[in-house]
Amino acid sequence: MKTALGDLELRQPRTLDEALAMLRDDGPLLPLAGCTDVYVQLEFGVMPARRFMDVSRLRELRGIERMDGGGLRIGAGATYTEIVRAPLVAQRLPMLVAASREVGGVQIQNRGTLGGNVANASPAGDSLPVLAAADAVVVLRSAADGERRVPFTAFHTGYRASVLRPDELIVAFEIPPVEGEQWFRKVGTRAAQAISKVVFAGVKGGPRPRIAIGSVAPTVVRAFRTEEALASGASIEEAQQVFGEEIRPIDDIRSTAEYRRRVAANLLRRWWVGQ
Amino acid sequence: MPQPAVAADDPSPSIPPTPAVGRSVPRKDAAEKVSGEAKYVDDLTLPGMLWGRTVRSTVPRARIKAVRLCFDTAGFTVVDHTDIPGRNVVALIEEDQPFLAAGEVRHIAEPILLLAHEDRDTLMAAKVEIDYEILPPVLDMLASTEALKRLSIDKGDLEAGFAEADLVLEGEYRTGSQEHVYIETNGMIAVPEPDGGITLMGSLQCPYYVHKAIKPLMDLPGDRVRIVQAETGGGFGGKEEYPSLIAGHAALLARKSGRPVKIVYDRGEDMWATTKRHPAIVRHRTGVTRDGRLTAMEVDVVMDGGAYVTLSPVVLSRGCIHAAGAYRCDHVRITGRAMRTDTPPNGAFRGFGAPQTLFAVEAHMDRIAEALGMDPVELRERNALRPGDTTATGQEMQEDCAALDVLREAVERTDFHRKREEYRGTGRGIGLSLFFHGSGFTGSGEVRLASRAALEATETGVRILVGSSEIGQGTRTMHAQIVADAMGLPYEQVETALPDTAKVPDSGPTVASRTCMVVGKILQNCAAEMISRLGGLTPMEYARRHGPLVVSQDYVPPGDVKWDDDTYKGEAYAHYGWGCNVAEVEIDPDTFEARCTAFTAVEDVGKAIHPVLVRGQIEGGSAQGIGWALNERVVLVEGAMANATLTNYTIPTTLDTPPMDIVIMERPGKHGPHGAKGVGEMPIDGPAPAVVNAIRHAGLDVREIPATPEVLMAAAPSEEAACASS
Repeated sequence: MKTALGDLELRQPRTLDEALAMLRDDGPLLPLAGCTDVYVQLEFGVMPARRFMDVSRLRELRGIERMDGGGLRIGAGATYTEIVRAPLVAQRLPMLVAASREVGGVQIQNRGTLGGNVANASPAGDSLPVLAAADAVVVLRSAADGERRVPFTAFHTGYRASVLRPDELIVAFEIPPVEGEQWFRKVGTRAAQAISKVVFAGVKGGPRPRIAIGSVAPTVVRAFRTEEALASGASIEEAQQVFGEEIRPIDDIRSTAEYRRRVAANLLRRWWVGQ
Repeated sequence: MPQPAVAADDPSPSIPPTPAVGRSVPRKDAAEKVSGEAKYVDDLTLPGMLWGRTVRSTVPRARIKAVRLCFDTAGFTVVDHTDIPGRNVVALIEEDQPFLAAGEVRHIAEPILLLAHEDRDTLMAAKVEIDYEILPPVLDMLASTEALKRLSIDKGDLEAGFAEADLVLEGEYRTGSQEHVYIETNGMIAVPEPDGGITLMGSLQCPYYVHKAIKPLMDLPGDRVRIVQAETGGGFGGKEEYPSLIAGHAALLARKSGRPVKIVYDRGEDMWATTKRHPAIVRHRTGVTRDGRLTAMEVDVVMDGGAYVTLSPVVLSRGCIHAAGAYRCDHVRITGRAMRTDTPPNGAFRGFGAPQTLFAVEAHMDRIAEALGMDPVELRERNALRPGDTTATGQEMQEDCAALDVLREAVERTDFHRKREEYRGTGRGIGLSLFFHGSGFTGSGEVRLASRAALEATETGVRILVGSSEIGQGTRTMHAQIVADAMGLPYEQVETALPDTAKVPDSGPTVASRTCMVVGKILQNCAAEMISRLGGLTPMEYARRHGPLVVSQDYVPPGDVKWDDDTYKGEAYAHYGWGCNVAEVEIDPDTFEARCTAFTAVEDVGKAIHPVLVRGQIEGGSAQGIGWALNERVVLVEGAMANATLTNYTIPTTLDTPPMDIVIMERPGKHGPHGAKGVGEMPIDGPAPAVVNAIRHAGLDVREIPATPEVLMAAAPSEEAACASS
């Protein structure tokens, strides 16, 4: 049943410092930007939070910038549409453009943010395998401790759980240069407005292959052992075997564990072998 | 063509207006809907109005031991079955479904208790606990021993037919449930009247069905019950019988509180609690000669009716009558049964049983062609019904029987045979389906309905008085076109009264592709009667001089339509529309997703009164059929929908919908206005088998829908086999 809207509280800080102070002094507050996940949870009556903080106006969270040494810094408040339209992302992280184009539909892409996708911590988040495969770093900030940096692969600790503290905001993602050919594939429940049944990002042709996959475990999986196998010359069949051991798919209302397992193996082959 | 009414004293020679029929005139409801001015039930607020809510069972079968209200009841109206002034049954075909559970629940989401409060948040927050004594439920139609309806259709001598056969092929085909996903959820407002009567306004297809159900519930005479249709955002059959239930609930709350009460379901409740398409299992055993002639067809149809009878007998009936497909065969036996299960009742849904059985026979026909090594088009051409042939019920086909016409047109347009060769072994496939759909109520149903329509001469033209509802399909526009031409008036001078049982006659339900063919015809007769009564005046002149004039006419059964309800023999429908669909699919070898990439529909509707609306019905019905074929999976847990959200019940988006080539064919029937035979339902009959036959052509033996990637994976060669062969 829908959450009663009358009891909800919304704070609207004007600056990042004000927002961090609110989190410290007046928490708990659930940050919201595009609301594309929040509204769904309110509609289904499964949103535990009643107090929210609007971070969509914080200029400090916006922007997509070049970093020294060829890296990329994407503000947590960047929308998918901004990512799709950014030449810098197309040039340096095309698999993130591919992923952003497949999030929801155009309206969702206009509202939804990269920071929101990560903070929501669903294992089916479409951008998550890209950030995992790209060795992204999550930049967190709090009034108490200032900034800290967490490798993306260490950010999520379980199903809808992360290292993010209640007094912290995700402010940006830093993505070092990615060498090699990037590949992304979402297998959703339909062609648009779909939740992923399997979502895969891979990089090959660089110093070592990198593989990340979503919707097949409580968190997105960076398949280090499969990468290792392929790097050391294993056959694709051997790599598929290892890959199968690294994922933990389940049956749910959207698909089956068996389907996810087989499709994950097929995508690994498609990505690595091609035809 | 009726002549225009020309005023005797008109000094200038009258120029007849341009006929409206056959032209895509502006919709009567377009401006209000596009501008947002149209008022749907949730837009209406009345002084002192309360919000209503339904408390439902969370278990499939149980005795109710206790109901506890865990909230401060001040300001609340609470209703249970003991508050019902009349009879606790939803009057429809059988009287087995209660408005509110009395001691026992028979499906998840069954209404038990009603609450109303003026503050919606307070209402929603109110907590009710129910103690159950759990009983073992029957959730599987094949495990059920309780039939809600059984029937059989017999033609010829089945054994003799099988004796003629060179090959006998058997098969079992399964179709899943389907949710309507009308854009507006169910909603109703009840208003208690000072005289003790009740007025209901809501989203509904059939005002007189609601009227029939509310009278015994409230123990009121017909003239104290008034049903008004609010603007309605789609139905697809989902607002045929269900609105009686929500109307009853709103009425009970209004009676007890003495205030207007509005109940509007949110999407989750609407999907979880209301009717769906009947899941079906259809078994075929067919005899055929080596050269492809059907010699015997034995068909067994099982449908899951859910917990109460509702409309299941007639859904089963239509399904069975269409079960042998658009083919001639001398020896046919069709048996059908609708089984009771402890699940929410299934109900009317576009096609009404026919899509299930037509899926089975059309998938089976492609398997027969494969077994014979024969082209699927040739097999269909060989057996398609032609004028003079008889259906399974012995109905003789008339000159408008267009099975071969639609088939040949579709095959030629799509370059079917070339693509059939070209796609072989490429992961692409092309398949077709041939189908027909009977218009109007089955058998003697129209005679029993005895529908009536009326026309009123006004100072601005004529007003149509019918109980038929506009639910987005274009009723008001189409009826106005028919009346305009029959009266010789410009289309702009015809208006339609709001369906309101206090003001319009009972034109029967707005279902079964009958609103044009049956009600449109009665309106044509009304127009002829009015012209004869106007004494040469225009309706406007008449109204100004003599005051309003209302003429009404009753349904006249066509003389050549005879039906026997006991033996299921005779003219099952006055007319059939005919259709052929061709679907092309691409199957992703990694993900087993089948994507429909092109779709062609050639459909004979007799006469397209409004070509754009007809095209819209065909496009929409085809998209809905493709969704049912590939993706719309109702996940049932304990018999109830576990994916009752638009996120997880995935109807096709624009990106899932292929480009469509639509061809409207017109082979006029004798009985409908201008030869019209109906179009609302037929478009959903053909897409699923065409898609599944295309998947078969691409190499996967699939016999069930939805043919989700998971189903296709199961039909694909196993991983080990695939690895070994690569």
